[in-house]
Amino acid sequence: MPAAPVSPLEVTVGIVLFWLAIGLLGILRPKRPDAITRIVYPLGAIAGVALAVVGLVAIGLPWKGMVLPLGLPDLPFHLRLDALSAFFLLLLGATSAGISCYATGYFAGQQHGDPGLTCLQYHWFLAAMALVLIADDAYLFMVAWEAMALTSYFLVTTEHNDPEIRKAGFIYLLIAHIGAIAILLCFGVLHGGQGDYTFDAMRGAQLPGNWATIAFLLALVGFGAKAGIVPLHVWLPEAHPAAPSPVSALLSGVMLKTAIYGLFRVTYDLLPAVHWEWGLITLVVAVVTTLFGVLFALMQHDLKRLLAYHSVENIGIILIGFGLSLIYLGTGHPLLAVLGLIAALYHPLDHAVFKALLFLGAGAVLRESGLRDLGKMGGLMRVMPYTAFFFLVGALAISALPPLNGFVSEWLTFQAALLSPALQHGVLRSIIPLAAAALALAGALTAMCFVKVFGVAFLGVPRSVEAVGGREAGRWEQLGMAWLAALCVILGLCPVWMIGLMDPIALSLLDYSLAYTNASTHWLWLTPVSPDRASYSPVLFFIVIVAVVLAAFWLVRLLYHGRLRRTAPWDCGYPEQNARMQDTAEGFAQPIRQIFAPVYEIESHHPDPFDRLPRYVTKVRDHCWRWIYLPIAHAAAFCSRALGRIQTGRVAVYLMYSFATIIFLLAFVR
Amino acid sequence: MSLSSQLINLLAAIMLLIAFAMLSQRRILSLITLFAWQGVVLSLSTFVVAYSTGQGHLYFSGILTVMIKVIALPWILYRLLNRLNIRWDVETLLNIPTTMLIGIALVIFAFNLAQPISELASTVTRSTLGIAMACVLLSFLMMITRRKAVPVVIGFLAMENGLFFAATSATYGMPMVVELGIALDVLVGAFIFGIFFFHIRETFDSLEVRHMEKLKED
Amino acid sequence: MTLGGALNQLVQLLLVAVAAPLLVGWVNACRAWLQNKSAPSPLQPYRVLRKLLHKDVALAENATWLFRFAPYIIFGCMWLVAGIVPVLATDLPFAAAADVIALVGIFAVARVFISLAAMDIGTAFGTLGARREMLIGALAEPALLIIFFNFALISQSTSLTTIVETLAYREFALYPSLAFAAVAFVIVLLAENARIPVDNPATHLELTMVHEALILEYSARHLALIEWASAIKLFAYCAIGIACFLPWGIAEAGDWGALPLAIVAAAVKITVAGAGLALMETVSAKMRIFRVPEFVATAFMLAMLGLLLHYVFEV
Repeated sequence: MPAAPVSPLEVTVGIVLFWLAIGLLGILRPKRPDAITRIVYPLGAIAGVALAVVGLVAIGLPWKGMVLPLGLPDLPFHLRLDALSAFFLLLLGATSAGISCYATGYFAGQQHGDPGLTCLQYHWFLAAMALVLIADDAYLFMVAWEAMALTSYFLVTTEHNDPEIRKAGFIYLLIAHIGAIAILLCFGVLHGGQGDYTFDAMRGAQLPGNWATIAFLLALVGFGAKAGIVPLHVWLPEAHPAAPSPVSALLSGVMLKTAIYGLFRVTYDLLPAVHWEWGLITLVVAVVTTLFGVLFALMQHDLKRLLAYHSVENIGIILIGFGLSLIYLGTGHPLLAVLGLIAALYHPLDHAVFKALLFLGAGAVLRESGLRDLGKMGGLMRVMPYTAFFFLVGALAISALPPLNGFVSEWLTFQAALLSPALQHGVLRSIIPLAAAALALAGALTAMCFVKVFGVAFLGVPRSVEAVGGREAGRWEQLGMAWLAALCVILGLCPVWMIGLMDPIALSLLDYSLAYTNASTHWLWLTPVSPDRASYSPVLFFIVIVAVVLAAFWLVRLLYHGRLRRTAPWDCGYPEQNARMQDTAEGFAQPIRQIFAPVYEIESHHPDPFDRLPRYVTKVRDHCWRWIYLPIAHAAAFCSRALGRIQTGRVAVYLMYSFATIIFLLAFVR
Repeated sequence: MSLSSQLINLLAAIMLLIAFAMLSQRRILSLITLFAWQGVVLSLSTFVVAYSTGQGHLYFSGILTVMIKVIALPWILYRLLNRLNIRWDVETLLNIPTTMLIGIALVIFAFNLAQPISELASTVTRSTLGIAMACVLLSFLMMITRRKAVPVVIGFLAMENGLFFAATSATYGMPMVVELGIALDVLVGAFIFGIFFFHIRETFDSLEVRHMEKLKED
Repeated sequence: MTLGGALNQLVQLLLVAVAAPLLVGWVNACRAWLQNKSAPSPLQPYRVLRKLLHKDVALAENATWLFRFAPYIIFGCMWLVAGIVPVLATDLPFAAAADVIALVGIFAVARVFISLAAMDIGTAFGTLGARREMLIGALAEPALLIIFFNFALISQSTSLTTIVETLAYREFALYPSLAFAAVAFVIVLLAENARIPVDNPATHLELTMVHEALILEYSARHLALIEWASAIKLFAYCAIGIACFLPWGIAEAGDWGALPLAIVAAAVKITVAGAGLALMETVSAKMRIFRVPEFVATAFMLAMLGLLLHYVFEV
């Protein structure tokens, strides 16, 4: 390919500047705020598509670095675009294109709030995320990371008049900063005391003994706080529902993946060698996170909170693949580690696409019918058929059903787990099948949860007046959702192409590639290790099912007839069926609540036979608040109060403090 | 692997299966039946080891096992149940899936504990040491998590089964004197337990072990 | 893909689709004999299917396209399964399209679609059935996956044809982990195919239904397709069990001389399996719905134990 006049890195920087610029356009205050929204967001979407194309092209190209004349005097901004960054830029661009399309329609119809300010925060958020992905030194990374946190905080608290939303924003910012401190400490350990904070220096630094493990643990805690691993996940179920829907989609779909990018960058690239114990710790944390996320998601009846808990679960699934990869790498099986890495990279892309689609669908429901509580929805498929169809695609994808994309990444993770007989260590060989079993359980419970969500929200009969009065989402919203649904289908039907594309990442990070096995790269069959071992062909699958459906349809009509008549549904002799006799979301999940009761903190109140106004209340809470966060908060408050005793308010006491300090310094410091 | 090794491994696996099944059973009659089957499997494995290694005294061990654990003890327990008139389901302290999860954790622990020892031993049954230890631990778990007295005793007897299996697998059985002594102890113990059950029921009007918590100073 | 392979694939697809209702009829007949009743003919399910196809569809007023579309999708999924599981010979071109993990995924697709269709009408019975079906599936599907992992670890492959070839043509060896997997597989078969002790396929009481409650609203050709798909699912599960646990008799790829033996062996094994299923249904009683998760969780635990045992004994 001839040398292009502009390198992908320069194009990326150009797109970042473009986003910053059009964000600033939002500050201009025209007479019609609609105009800003309808012009700026589509431009942002086009920039997203351009970024995706750049990322796609750049994965296969050799890496390129750049130094900008900004930043500190002795540490200017270093930028670098290599295969890993390019892949995550692809993720960012493709997902944000769909979300920006949707946001055009969504923010235009917003009655309250300041659309110009939102526009600024939104596009600066996108720019900050892109900068995180191409940063090549610790300073620019932290600047971009903080910018990301701040812009998203403002986006989350868009409706700041609501005290619940302000509280959610506070928790979000608090945990984001705890994570940022850990990341900063991690960079401090990584630079090995040489004073040069560029990533290149960190790559070459030799860390003695346990410092590498400390750096890894700090990275896991720091990036995990942003990604949402248990127990640092508590901000997710608060912040994602509080934000406006396109922002929730960006937070859940893209921002969590920048944390994953950070973890991968530190572990595979900056740390010298990988120890398998790190993989074991990650695997255990990941399994706990996965099961915790899905079990709590089943208990929710607020649609957006439910989706937020599923994000926690999916981060766990990504980290399972990551943990497997580290274990194989640390025990000297680089080829198996490649499979784990590919699984751990495919899932973020999948999750970004289908989680964004689900959040956008939930946003459409919220906007058009005003409903967020599953207990009031029902029958929405009749009033918003297109939204329902796109939501169905997203729900099938997240439940890991073939032939969509969620299944491909779960399949790859299972294949990676099944390669564990190659290991020699007894404990590892027992724990990896357990992790695979936990993943299988989580997948099945996710399917149950989404049957519940789709069935209660979109199918059945409406449970409230608002559900009857909903309307279909607008053109821009449908376009955004259609784009993401199409990506789900493409990623599901063409995994071979996608994995071939991702191979250079493995090559650059691990010096090994799938091409070193006898994996064939035929477009039809996905055979990562060898055709005898495992193969899967989503295209064939899809074709056979479609063919059988059409054939059955046609044959039945040919041989028999296609007559149909409409009647009332079967009511078992009870003529007074109403909407309240359907299952609610809590009712659907009640068996799970009973079986897994020790996992939850359940507070329930049952009426007794003598209650004049019987009420049945069940609340499911997170144990982490009671056992971890509230004690820490109480301890912090206690210490602050104790220290506060210094402040007596009397001038004489303050003068005495200064006097005592002077005496001390005179006496002891020579 | 020779056929006898595979057979012993299979029988060991079935023993573990029965130990797990006892953990999840609710009805006392089924518990006794499972205990009898465990005795059958135990004696079969003793016979296979005796045949493949040519040790004559293991045949006697096997016959003793059949007589005591397959015929005598279950018969005593059935009669006890009839006279105590217990028929209903057994309540457990934790629910059954949690108990089984703890059971699996114990099995992993036992396997990992036994792995270095198995590599040192040279008998044909060395890989079954982990299974035997797992059976012992699972029976102990059963003793802890049951509320009625009869299943607690069955757990104790199953633990003795596991110990016997461990002895067979590690050292080709114990000296005959030791074996006869243990067998006699177990038999006598079953009789004494039976007498105690009646006393407990007379005192407390029930066979639940938590009533015995009243027997303390305060 | 050879001509022989394509022919085998076509024959197997037609054979399974045609023979599945016969298996259901045979199980019903055996059960009636065991209970000392006079049995209907084993060909009765064919007559039922024909009767249903002739009728007009009576569709509920508030049914959407999902309700009308789901029976075809379910039938398509089951037909695909029929094409993947080796019954007569292991030379199946379609089998490379889906390995055991994808097989479990296909069953999941069918389960999700039928549950969604049941929730579509908005009556209490449909949602009841959907909830119970997804609950049982949430525990049975991981158990099935772990059972297959047992085989994947032994035969170093997740492709069903490779598993069959490895187990059938290796020298005879006893695998204790497969003993556990066998017990677990029987439990999963009973749970997934709505048999006693999990669900009574002949019940008329809505509150005791699981599978029947899902298809309560369906009629005519839709019901015919769903009943046929259920029959193919039962046949496929029996075929999977036979292929994994008793694979001797299945012809190897390209070995056409073994085909008559394979046909006879398959017929005998399926007949015995059907009779065994009827026996198991007769001696058990249906469980309370809240005992069912414990029952299926037992299968999950046994399968995991099998995995752990594999590392102790067979490596």
